[in-house]
Amino acid sequence: MRPITKNGLKRRQKLDHAKESFWRRYVFSVDHKMIGKQYLITGLLMTLVGGFLAFSFRHQLAWPGESVPLIGPIGPDQYNAFVTMHGTIMVFWVAMPILLSGFGNFLLPLMVGAPDMAFPRLNGMSYWVFFLSTVVLIASFFVPGGAASGGWTSYPPLSAEPGYTGVFWGGHLWILAVALEFTSMLMGGINFLTTTISMRAKGMSFFRLPIFVWMINIASLLFLFSVGPLIAGALMLLADRLLGTGFYLPASGGDPLLFQHLFWFFGHPEVYVLLLPSLGILAEIFPVFSRKPLFGYKAIIYSTIVAGILSFLVWAHHQFISGIDPRLAAPFSVTTILISVPFAIMLFAFIATLWRGSIQFSTGMLFALGMIAEFMVGGVTGIFNGSSAADIYLHDTYFVVAHFHFTLFPVTFLGAFAGIYYWFPKMVGRFLNETWGKVHFWVTTLSFNVVFLPMFVMGLAGHQRRIFDPTLFDYLQKHQYLHVIATIGMMVMFAGQIPFVINFVVSLFRGRRADRNPWSAATLEWVAPSPPGHGNFDTELRVVRGPYEYSLPGQQKDWLGQTE
Amino acid sequence: MNEQKNRWGVSGGERYLPPTLARVGLCPPWRMGIWWFLGSEVVVFGGLIASYILYRFHHPEWGVEAAHTLSSIGAINTVVLLTSSLTMILAHHRVEGKELAGAIRFLGVTILLGCLFLGFKSYEYHHEIKNGFVPARSLFWSFYYLMTGLHALHVIGGQVANLVVWQGLRKGRSLHRIESVGIYWHFVDVVWIFLFPLLYLASSGGVR
Repeated sequence: MRPITKNGLKRRQKLDHAKESFWRRYVFSVDHKMIGKQYLITGLLMTLVGGFLAFSFRHQLAWPGESVPLIGPIGPDQYNAFVTMHGTIMVFWVAMPILLSGFGNFLLPLMVGAPDMAFPRLNGMSYWVFFLSTVVLIASFFVPGGAASGGWTSYPPLSAEPGYTGVFWGGHLWILAVALEFTSMLMGGINFLTTTISMRAKGMSFFRLPIFVWMINIASLLFLFSVGPLIAGALMLLADRLLGTGFYLPASGGDPLLFQHLFWFFGHPEVYVLLLPSLGILAEIFPVFSRKPLFGYKAIIYSTIVAGILSFLVWAHHQFISGIDPRLAAPFSVTTILISVPFAIMLFAFIATLWRGSIQFSTGMLFALGMIAEFMVGGVTGIFNGSSAADIYLHDTYFVVAHFHFTLFPVTFLGAFAGIYYWFPKMVGRFLNETWGKVHFWVTTLSFNVVFLPMFVMGLAGHQRRIFDPTLFDYLQKHQYLHVIATIGMMVMFAGQIPFVINFVVSLFRGRRADRNPWSAATLEWVAPSPPGHGNFDTELRVVRGPYEYSLPGQQKDWLGQTE
Repeated sequence: MNEQKNRWGVSGGERYLPPTLARVGLCPPWRMGIWWFLGSEVVVFGGLIASYILYRFHHPEWGVEAAHTLSSIGAINTVVLLTSSLTMILAHHRVEGKELAGAIRFLGVTILLGCLFLGFKSYEYHHEIKNGFVPARSLFWSFYYLMTGLHALHVIGGQVANLVVWQGLRKGRSLHRIESVGIYWHFVDVVWIFLFPLLYLASSGGVR
């Protein structure tokens, strides 16, 4: 054995949970569970920032020119900055940290039966790099010129030439913050992959891994191999802004389309980086609450791999109206629509899991079902955008806004809430209140539809997005009431989160106590104590079966754990 | 009951080793980690190099610009960097043969060659900027400075890692790390092997 193993053990010897100081235990932690919780909390807090931005520009759209509560009337510059930062924050500072880093960090070592991540200190560092990126991003609101306002995709030449938007430092800080965020996620991705490959418990073969672990790893792979071109593209953008180069400026021989290619080569796989962990969460919840084995375990894994490969071949569908050659648009339409096949396989596998199961409508299960239902709408409307002919009309209208909110909102929030309600007992050893959870679910899901369904109508009517004041356009007048409905729906959605916040905080200290395996689930994390100590497991693990052995014939109880 | 608990929180006298650490086997986590890291690094440079090549097709006049790079110093630098990879391999070899003194010497040579590379690179930058070939001059020079600059940053990062490992070798600690920095160093080398012909040599018959 090489010296690393000895060193690794020595290093671990120092990490005794009980002896750790407050700072070591809760702040500069190297324990994957604490780091996961840190990511989760930071992501949830950033939701407030992103949500408030959304509220302020929604308010402006519904009642143009009226004073927005807390910040007063907003001008076009601010509107652009808010739209930009809302998108940036929600994708990179809410969805990624919550789904990939939060749940991934907390669950992955537990699910594979490892005492910790392969690189605990790198893991701790990744959180603090992420935290730094959050600080930089928030700081960009307060520099002269304000925050970045070139759209969350930061297309040049708008973003390459500070003169266009009047934003100088805000743009630099935006790039810096995103770069730091990606660095942190790369550290996390390397950790996930390495942990899964080299730290599995005895008997935990690849095809005994829970789907969630598969999803996190495939998502990490997608991220690892798609983010590089965007980093290269961001460097060029930064050079354009700072050094006076002209990579994206036609006047200097550059081409703004290059950035779009680099951005979406990353940006489209990124959608699946968010989607896969969320589907993984569903795959864990459905078998438990329908007391049935997961249908098509291997089919789900293979179709995820296929979807992952395809995701690298679809990026140009974001550029159908960017002057792309129609001969190129056709193959990109085909691959884009083709990618719905593996996801359809996954969703049908989930539905088949529910088929004739004894379904328990716990809050986690409700959110999981809600996510499936809403995500279907997003997926089906994606077909319209995927075919170039329809997309040329629909591009950059509210139809697109509605479409991607119908995909990303269920993925990020319904999926994450499902996970939070399901794993809360494991995280803190207490339950969340189910009644308030159900109130939270119904208000969130129903009001979400009130916000975004009207946008399909507006989009089909030709309402462009990123318009500061829709009342200036005659042909939009008759749809103005839809903006009002959407904005009111959004306020209801906000109010619906209050029960969750109260429930979360109260249950943290006073919730009903949970034992090791409150849901009678079969996967490995429920073998550990709730909450697990540093080093996770207090028994020796020997995995003898797959993760979803429910309702086996001839058994006393209706489930068998992976170690039994 | 106040039982003795070991570091895994397991009570009882028998020391419980998590099965995972015992069966790390062929590919220990640190080695796998460095390869995943390089996998992501490859696409960063891949994005830049692909963008450069695509632009280059549309700009044949870049050949003339490329003729203004200092190809001779670039060639010398290529030799310097390749030689540093050789000494890195030799250092690794000495570590495996448990000849620490030799390993320290060879890693020291690698670090010196890395410094030499950066020195030549600085001289090139100095010479080019003095003659007006600045990043904003044309797209070719933008790419030139961005790509070689990013590569130089990687060399500097590698040098820091090399120094840490060198210090470790002198104290006889963490010997396995020589392999990690070795893999990384070869990666930096391989990137240069792509950059040198693209930026210095491919001048499409440009005049000097």
